[in-house]
Amino acid sequence: MPLSTQSQADDEQYVLVASLDNARNLSNILKAIAFKDHAIFSATPNGLKVTVEDSKCLQANAFIQAEIFQEFTIREDSVGFQVNLTVLLDCLNIFGGSTAPGVSTALRMCYKGYGYPLTLFLEEGGVVTVCKINTQEPEEPVDFEFCSTNVTNKVILQSESLKEAFSELDMTSEVLQITMSPSQPYFRFVVKNLKLLSTFGNSGNAHYDYPKDSDMMELFRCDKTQTNRYKMSLLKPSTKALALSCKVSVRTDSRGFLSLQYLVRNDDGQICFVEYFCCPDEEVEE
Amino acid sequence: MDCVVTGGNVKVLAKAIHSLSRIGDELYVEPQEDGLALRSVNSSRSAYACFLFAPLFFSRYTIPSGHTFRCKIAIKSVQAVFRSLATLEKTVEKCHIELDEQKNHLTFTLHCKHGLMKTHNLSFQDSESLQAVFDKDSYANVFRSHPRLLVDTVVHFPPSLEEVTVSVSDERMWVRNHVEEEAGDSESKAMLTELCLASDEFDHFAVQAHNSVTFCLKELRGLLVFAESTGLPISMYFDEPGSPIVLSVTDSVLEGNFVLATLSDDHNHQVQSTECTLPPPPPDDFMNDDIDAYLIAMDTSIAPGPSATCLSTPPVADSICSKQSAAANHRTRLHSEEEEEEEEEEYETADSGRPPNKKFCSLFFGSVLSPSSQMTTQPVTSQEVLASDSEDDVQ
Repeated sequence: MPLSTQSQADDEQYVLVASLDNARNLSNILKAIAFKDHAIFSATPNGLKVTVEDSKCLQANAFIQAEIFQEFTIREDSVGFQVNLTVLLDCLNIFGGSTAPGVSTALRMCYKGYGYPLTLFLEEGGVVTVCKINTQEPEEPVDFEFCSTNVTNKVILQSESLKEAFSELDMTSEVLQITMSPSQPYFRFVVKNLKLLSTFGNSGNAHYDYPKDSDMMELFRCDKTQTNRYKMSLLKPSTKALALSCKVSVRTDSRGFLSLQYLVRNDDGQICFVEYFCCPDEEVEE
Repeated sequence: MDCVVTGGNVKVLAKAIHSLSRIGDELYVEPQEDGLALRSVNSSRSAYACFLFAPLFFSRYTIPSGHTFRCKIAIKSVQAVFRSLATLEKTVEKCHIELDEQKNHLTFTLHCKHGLMKTHNLSFQDSESLQAVFDKDSYANVFRSHPRLLVDTVVHFPPSLEEVTVSVSDERMWVRNHVEEEAGDSESKAMLTELCLASDEFDHFAVQAHNSVTFCLKELRGLLVFAESTGLPISMYFDEPGSPIVLSVTDSVLEGNFVLATLSDDHNHQVQSTECTLPPPPPDDFMNDDIDAYLIAMDTSIAPGPSATCLSTPPVADSICSKQSAAANHRTRLHSEEEEEEEEEEYETADSGRPPNKKFCSLFFGSVLSPSSQMTTQPVTSQEVLASDSEDDVQ
């Protein structure tokens, strides 16, 4: 592969070098969190974590372990920078993003350190493109303080059934209410369309109920009945991650914060994770 | 009311609702002894559609006992229940429709695979009965064909096209776009499209009167989509211009009727004057329609029961000429507690002044009154009608 014939000496100037035979293994997962222009990259010897945030209420993280990459070299304990994610995705797809089998774009992503641009070497069919994207000082991602000890309710579902429900949910409605309970209705989504409410009075609402013994349900551990509301506009971007995933875990903690974790298999069958954290809209205790 | 639809019928129900949404914004729901009637009408009352699902269509069909129940629901909310047809087919096992009269909710529950239950509580408003009055079996011209024929014909007209004219002779049917001739503009600058269908392309082609009717195409497309996807043949009935055109699909458990008003080519329509003057005959059939003539005046006498004692059909020309007020009185007689006054007023002001603008005007009216509903406070003027009424029958 032409990219690997770069002289080894060049590599010494980079604090981070990550290579992929198929750039889609990175670009697909990044698309699942690309709801804002800017992303914070944080690389450790374990792999790459990419964070996108919205108004301190929503945070999405994509985790790509070092094992996914054909080459992953990091010369410091932690390397962080911020780039324009939209531009990065455009570069990763610079050869047109063809999905024909056997055709893929190879990627070599290199970073020299603070103040340097992120350099991408992309190759497809013998043609090499070099992209340099300016980096910024990484912002500190919000710590949602979501820890497993605080988790009150947890459900793991196969994405299949959720995908279909989410695709039908009225995305114009403002609020999604999620109820998790050890008793009926177990796991319920209620779409509240506030606009309709005002036009027709106490009107149309819809709810989707998943029984705890559904064959789609892989794990059901709910200790306490909780109902929380979330802004639909915040949850909407997570549907991209849902579409890519095969399993999803839904957890709420005692404050009503929501954690959605998606298990995504890439083109080569390797596993990556995408996680969304969302603040509740207001607490509705039931 | 408690009904259950299972299997493939859920998709059929969904498609019917989607096709009704092409007509009007509200879905009128009326569970009847002979089946569940879903109806819709457009705002100008020039298009009406009704689907009647026989009790056999359902795996359970229970209607409210002791009183007739009727309601209307925003059709968009019902469409939201059946949003994705592909998903319906794959995952929905049954659809349960239940009425909660206390909360004014009609609840649609979709029982899906893997135990997922989707529940939609839709609030409804009480409504008057909505029924069009037409007797398709008495119409002079009757056709039946596979929906493909009509779909392939309609595809040649742009989606924005408002009106088409259908003309028939013994062996042929012509379909062309209707272009209004501007006064003083002898050359129409619009593109004219005309298709000719031979009688052997139809399964049934019976012409008794070589008529030409003009109606709005847009509202028809909903039926075409429904028929094509269910593969049911479409029957077409029409009579004189001014009399509605009816398109139907039927099978053993459902019947759908789309009734569209047609342009009246009566040239005598004058609101105030009592003169009946005929303009000189036009050079050819194509330019026959007079802009001012537009209305299908149908009215019925008020009768206490569903089978209104109606008057026989007088010849069109006579009724228009002799009763100017009848022509102008295209009031709909949809009686409802809240809307009654409003509607009457609305239509009356339209009647009394200038002729309404050149759109299709209302054609029918829900003349079916249940004995318990309030009778109009207006004195009933007996009016001539252009067609006798009949109820829809499930075959």
